[in-house]
Amino acid sequence: MPTLTIDGKDVTVAQGTTVLQACEIAGIEVPRFCYHERLSIAGNCRMCLVEQEKAPKPIASCAMPAADNMVIHTNTPQVKKAREGVMEFLLINHPLDCPICDQGGECDLQDQSMAYGKGATRFHENKRAVKEKYMGPLIKTVMTRCIHCTRCVRFAEEVAGVEEIGAIGRGEHMEITTYLEQAMTSELSGNVIDLCPVGALTSKPYAFTARSWELEKVESVDVHDAVGSNIRVDFRGKEVMRVLPRLNEDVNQEWISDKTRFAYDGLKRGRLDRPYVRQDGRLREATWAEAFGAIAANVNGLPGAKIAAIAGDLADLEAMAALKDLMANLGSPHIDCRQDGARLDASVRASYLFNSTIAGIDKADALLIVGSNPRIEAPIVNARIRQRWLAGGFRIGVIGERPELTYDYDYLGAGPGTLGEVASGGHSFAEVLRGAQHPMIIVGQGALARADGAAVLAAARQIAETYGMIGDGWNGFNVLHTAASRVGGLDLGFVPGDGGLDVEGMLTGAQSGAVEVVYLLHADELDTSRLENAFVIYQGSHGDNGVKHADVILPGAAYTEKNATWINTEGRVQLGSRAVFPPGDAREDWTIVRALSEVLTGGKLPYDNLGALRRRIAGAVAHATAVGDVVPAEWGAFGQPGLLGDAPFASTVTQHYLTNPICRASTIMAECHAVIEPAQEGTGTHG
Amino acid sequence: MSGAHAAPFVQPARFEFTPESMEQVDRHIAKYPKGRQQSAVMPLLDIAQRQNGGWLPEAAIRVIGEMLNMPYIRVYEVASFYTMYNLAPVGRHLVQVCTTTPCWLRGSDQVMEACRQSLGVRAGQTSADGQFTLIEVECLGACVNAPMMQIGDDYYEDLDAGSTRRILDDLKAGRAPAPGPQIDRINAAPVGGPTTLKETA
Repeated sequence: MPTLTIDGKDVTVAQGTTVLQACEIAGIEVPRFCYHERLSIAGNCRMCLVEQEKAPKPIASCAMPAADNMVIHTNTPQVKKAREGVMEFLLINHPLDCPICDQGGECDLQDQSMAYGKGATRFHENKRAVKEKYMGPLIKTVMTRCIHCTRCVRFAEEVAGVEEIGAIGRGEHMEITTYLEQAMTSELSGNVIDLCPVGALTSKPYAFTARSWELEKVESVDVHDAVGSNIRVDFRGKEVMRVLPRLNEDVNQEWISDKTRFAYDGLKRGRLDRPYVRQDGRLREATWAEAFGAIAANVNGLPGAKIAAIAGDLADLEAMAALKDLMANLGSPHIDCRQDGARLDASVRASYLFNSTIAGIDKADALLIVGSNPRIEAPIVNARIRQRWLAGGFRIGVIGERPELTYDYDYLGAGPGTLGEVASGGHSFAEVLRGAQHPMIIVGQGALARADGAAVLAAARQIAETYGMIGDGWNGFNVLHTAASRVGGLDLGFVPGDGGLDVEGMLTGAQSGAVEVVYLLHADELDTSRLENAFVIYQGSHGDNGVKHADVILPGAAYTEKNATWINTEGRVQLGSRAVFPPGDAREDWTIVRALSEVLTGGKLPYDNLGALRRRIAGAVAHATAVGDVVPAEWGAFGQPGLLGDAPFASTVTQHYLTNPICRASTIMAECHAVIEPAQEGTGTHG
Repeated sequence: MSGAHAAPFVQPARFEFTPESMEQVDRHIAKYPKGRQQSAVMPLLDIAQRQNGGWLPEAAIRVIGEMLNMPYIRVYEVASFYTMYNLAPVGRHLVQVCTTTPCWLRGSDQVMEACRQSLGVRAGQTSADGQFTLIEVECLGACVNAPMMQIGDDYYEDLDAGSTRRILDDLKAGRAPAPGPQIDRINAAPVGGPTTLKETA
């Protein structure tokens, strides 16, 4: 533990800390461009120069390890002069185009030149100009502004795991580019926009649409996958302008996936902004009263056994809770939140959580992935696995597809046969798991959303129990979900009651006439053509798959338009916040269900505001109030040991950029799907 | 590769090492311990360039990347960093005239002018017959014998306008001019012969 003196203050820091980090611990700001906490140290911008006593010249504090008895000064004339000199050099080739630069107002270079620069230049020659580079549909480049900090290069190589960005040429002629200006094929590529300290890499979809100071900001949670990345939604008036990551070490660190960042334009297209009622085979615009009337006419008097409800991937906890209560009032046991048919067991919480937590990946030393492609199902989890893999001593085995992941793995086999071998100890990878201190298994929906899903779950439990994944302070049994609503739904018990039908049963029942009314809550990933014979109520935000055979459409709110609770794949309870109001007549989802209850036979639901509803949820799901935390789940018996099928596991996500109605309405996601997905296919990402 | 600004050209779609080149390639790769084969990238790029008439096609970068298990961009970074790799076609003789201070003080302007007149091209251009590419380069480390130029792998030193023209004329005629100092001087010894250490062992 070296102790050093910084500006007269004694600071004791951990071994291996750099001088720059020590300065931060001491509460002293050191300007920097190339240094970034989560990337390797480059030491090439020189902005972090500080004075070290007995050193002949200023030192680059980001690259200098802190040592005992070092005396550092950050406020001397020499340091000031050094910073001014570095800044003057950086600005030699940086255009003064801040008024037309999207980074303006949130630019490190702009801020630091104000704080540490000289205010005038002595350079009167021509600045260099660099041709703009194509980097794909998401990243706009103005390479003349680049100061060659190489953060983007290091991010691509270290975090994203795609070595596609590099610095070509040298000296005055150095340029940052992707190989032959091809699109960057990472699902995390948007993060280079945040990393870029200047306006060289900016967001293409956001280009010239707003200034950072005009935007209002609200902290929220992402719903495009089950990770629950922490986000900040920037909006102006009633329009969401962009989505940025928010720091949360336990979930997304400071990265978000491209889908999280760029699908926001889908919030403005294809929206349901008023109720619709089907009349003579055609949907017509209606008032809320007409829509509710049509529902009452078809539902009241019907036995509960003929009514079913499905909660889809984008349904929030409150709406599901209200719908569950409504269905109970109507006497229906037919409710299900497992839209993809995953054979998840809601009775044992540990059976459907990512129990180790995402941060727990850092602690694991062996990993078995079953029926999942984390790279497209949860890019943030994939980045965490890569981070752990880079640290070394981490063997990874994959059963299922053979995806292009961003780390090396042992490919064990395609289907349940291999899973059985590992479970019985007959496979060589079993030794790896046995030898590990903190082994871990990740079971994807691809392994569970199939006829033998319960048997697969049982086999996975056997593996977890056999290889010491369940122990004191460690639970390595993980289910990776793909839907933001899923864990919340299971926690609520939004699954078939006694004699209730699951999704498949409801669809079959709707075809045969056994089920006459189907309530779809944000449920779009279904074969809705099978609902043709039933009276379908669709509540959701977009005119997508779910409305095709709907008889009544109730316009709901998207995730940026409601205060709602989301429980991520770890079981972490997080609050999403409203940035803008839902369009037109659309309403927050739970209020629609609550209002509808007044006209239905069961009577009105006993809550009039969000607080009352949340208190009711807390009564049923105690941990729902532990916002931000993961309440560890008790281990128990789950799954049904049985015959495993032969069919190989296949990820349930086949089109990463088009997984939900918001993405499908987004033109940016459509472009990514067209440009980036084929490029990844070429390298086998699609397996 | 900052020197030559070539006219538009077509990149060959494929590149393959010849069996003779492969022999050298294997020898270089074998020099490095297992898992460190990427260290062979520079010799491999050079072998590819020599095989391909003095310039590196993009296809060769991909071939080498695959051979050494390196991302293409990493190979491209190396190839673009060093000026001795030509990423665009060059003439049969690549004439590199040093114009850094010592050579310049000793008359590199006249050498450059002689090249221009003799070849009919300016720095950065290739002669119409495709035989000569003329470029201006920074110090080649032969300052003792300034001014100098490099043609292909050979240094021609202690030049003036006349000797420069003679060398180029020889090359045009298909003769092989003698490399090294073009005046009465042995290697880097004083003009006219050694003044000390006259006896050689």
